Amino acid sequence: MENLKKKFAGKQAFINLAIIVLTYVLLTVLMSAGLLNRQYTSLLVPIAINVILAVSLNLITGFLGELSLGHAGFMSIGAYVGALITINMDAPEIVELTLALLAGGAVAAFFGFVIGMPVLRLNGDYLAIVTLGFGEIIKSVLISMKITNGAKGLQRIPLYTTYKSYTLVFILMVISILAIMNIVKSRHGRAICSIRDNSIATQSIGINVSRFKVMTFVISAFFAGIAGVLYAHNVGILKPTTFDYNKSIEILVIVVLGGMGSIRGSVIAAIILTALPELLRGADDFRMLLYAVVLIIIMLFNHSKIKEGLLNNNIFGKLFKSNEEKVGE
Amino acid sequence: MALLEVNNLGISFGGLRAVDNFNISIEKGQLYGLIGPNGAGKTTVFNLLTGVYPPTDGSIVLDGVNLNGKSANEICRAGIARTFQNIRLFDKLTVLDNVKTALHNQIKYSLLSSILRTPAYFKAEKAMDKKALEILKVFGLDRIHEYRASNLPYGMQRKLEIARALATNPKIILLDEPAAGMNPTETQELMDMIRFIRDNFDVAVLLIEHDMNLVLGICEQVKVLEYGRIIAEGDPIKVVNDPKVITAYLGE
Amino acid sequence: MFNNILEQLINGLRTGSIYALIALGYTMVYGIAKMINFAHGDIIMVGAYALYVAIVLLHLPVIPAIIFTCVVCSVLGILIERIAYKPLRNAPRLAVLITAIGVSYFLQSASLLIFKATPIPFQSIINIQSINIGGVTISGITIVTLVVTTISMIALTLFINKTKAGSAMRAVSEDMGAAQLVGINVNRTITLTFAIGSFLAAVAGILYICQYQSLKPTMGALPGIKAFVAAVLGGIGSIPGAMLGGIILGIIESLSKAFISTELSDAIVFSVLVIVLLVKPSGFLGKKKNEKV
Repeated sequence: MENLKKKFAGKQAFINLAIIVLTYVLLTVLMSAGLLNRQYTSLLVPIAINVILAVSLNLITGFLGELSLGHAGFMSIGAYVGALITINMDAPEIVELTLALLAGGAVAAFFGFVIGMPVLRLNGDYLAIVTLGFGEIIKSVLISMKITNGAKGLQRIPLYTTYKSYTLVFILMVISILAIMNIVKSRHGRAICSIRDNSIATQSIGINVSRFKVMTFVISAFFAGIAGVLYAHNVGILKPTTFDYNKSIEILVIVVLGGMGSIRGSVIAAIILTALPELLRGADDFRMLLYAVVLIIIMLFNHSKIKEGLLNNNIFGKLFKSNEEKVGE
Repeated sequence: MALLEVNNLGISFGGLRAVDNFNISIEKGQLYGLIGPNGAGKTTVFNLLTGVYPPTDGSIVLDGVNLNGKSANEICRAGIARTFQNIRLFDKLTVLDNVKTALHNQIKYSLLSSILRTPAYFKAEKAMDKKALEILKVFGLDRIHEYRASNLPYGMQRKLEIARALATNPKIILLDEPAAGMNPTETQELMDMIRFIRDNFDVAVLLIEHDMNLVLGICEQVKVLEYGRIIAEGDPIKVVNDPKVITAYLGE
Repeated sequence: MFNNILEQLINGLRTGSIYALIALGYTMVYGIAKMINFAHGDIIMVGAYALYVAIVLLHLPVIPAIIFTCVVCSVLGILIERIAYKPLRNAPRLAVLITAIGVSYFLQSASLLIFKATPIPFQSIINIQSINIGGVTISGITIVTLVVTTISMIALTLFINKTKAGSAMRAVSEDMGAAQLVGINVNRTITLTFAIGSFLAAVAGILYICQYQSLKPTMGALPGIKAFVAAVLGGIGSIPGAMLGGIILGIIESLSKAFISTELSDAIVFSVLVIVLLVKPSGFLGKKKNEKV
């Protein structure tokens, strides 16, 4: 049985690897054959950015079980730090970008630590508001600072991460996903999940809940910062208002739609929700309404009798269940 | 000196004295019972001993180490583990992962190891699996280690909680109504298990229980609590026949 | 200088009393349903648009327009509770919170679709001369705001302490299960709470729009969040706390706008929240609650 399980785990890793390689090969073939028009190619980097954002927010929302409404704030820190580095530096592209990514991630992570500290003493509802407030504070600080050029924002950021450098962005995305997946399936990840399930019991088995809450925020903020750096060098201009409440909600919608606590779900939802609005241009006003409806319906559905009914139904049950059989008395 | 030495422990909630002048001294490997009518403050004693509430006064010393003012997770690492009256499992984790989570401080590797999947990670995870299954086997839960904790029947959930507490490698384990909701056969099994873990895992046990068969069956010493105060203590048989204790349970 | 400070204090009192009205809605719902109604701020926005529709589009006189606004908001509050929150009464907090955010977002984007993003100018319906006391000018809107909020708060306090429905509310907020056992209709009490909270938000919305005279779909978010900060500052769940918190917050905001920086005033308000939560999470007048183990 042990062997079987190990084989299965190995198989899972193999499948993941196969998906990654296939996706990359497919992209390369399509790109070099010129089968992707500009509209599609311009989507590649934004999709990767949203994947990183969603997967890292999922660590807080899906695994730690807390709600953060300030993810766009962490992203903006990464974006500004990264952009300021590449604008003011004069070095080869790869050096500048590497430095920007590291610094953007690190500074965002530092703010994750700063935000994580008060969070320790708060429960869910307060935490959501504090993170929301944090996002707003960041925005108004960015507007009032000179170095960030105030409300006008930063311009002429070198375009290092356009669709042309999709290989680099793809690799960074894969690294981010794997890193977070690996954390989830480790002693650290188990500690994080146990806090979500029962924080008092987690304390009682000798795990320092506060430490892990902060750690989760730091890790999540780091990757949001990375996503911010990629964003800055993809669009070339930054405005404080880009990283508002709506952006945080957009990421939350991706996580909720993909399923809280499902990394694969986050990835798929990020692809769909980034591509869909672009392909359905003109319906932009309805997009936000749709997001709102998605949030409400999924929450109501998850806790409704309909889902219970489906679970007990043979055909649909198999779709949802997997590994949830009841043990006989 | 005894393993656990508690002196003059007390706590007030507002004006209410929930526990007052509580003393206990538990030897290595001893099976100790804490009984008393509902609302007597038994669970509060557990919460004080495990750092859920900070005591208003008194001292707690485990194996020569003063635990006053320590947080719940520090107290667990010092060697006191517990279960809860209202079961608190990690519902969405598997049975195996519930126990592995409790091995957090026993078998370690760094965050970097887990991100990079270094050999240290695989080695430690393997050791964790082995240790966790070994503990689960004591409770007959090893066959079903892949199920989600929330899908277990009630009796098994209680056992899993004990297994989880045991995985923290405690010197003493506090069980809060371990037999609640169990039928007589299950209770009998539980008694055997408690004795088994005492003998094989080298722990002392302090348990709260209403099931007198269990208390009389395994406890070597008992204390009776009423309105936060100790009203009787000593040999179980003698204690339950003490008129004061009978009055406490049944009224005048 | 002294007059300037005094004027800022009065400004703060005016904004603060609007925050207090909104904060009451947060605190009442929190006290009873143990949830943060994220959409509460957006009810203010709906109230403002309802007033605009009544006065500008339907040409109603002032009093019927105000009644129309209050009815729209109260009904909306009840609908939100029934449709979105009631099915989740036993669900995890995270699910309720996400739903509430969804509702808030829904209201904002729905009004964006209907009224578009361009701000709509709106003429104040309050036309009272400002008065001058010893060199300090107090505007008509300030006077009306202070009078209306004072009356609302007294009425609410009387309602909660003197009526049967009010004592049912207090009972449900103390212990929902026990209240049900003694025969209190919990569902009806929660509905009533949402209705009253939304009614107060409508009043706040009317006062707010008369002060700022411009409508946009996101206008409710910021006062909503600030009112929440006020509710936490005063101690969430406590009705006098919400009043006190609102006024203190209004004064802090007005003073920091005048003497520190307009851009950073929001940041300062949020810093207040963080500090309060760190130093005294239960707020000025709140009760500390421990989870039962």
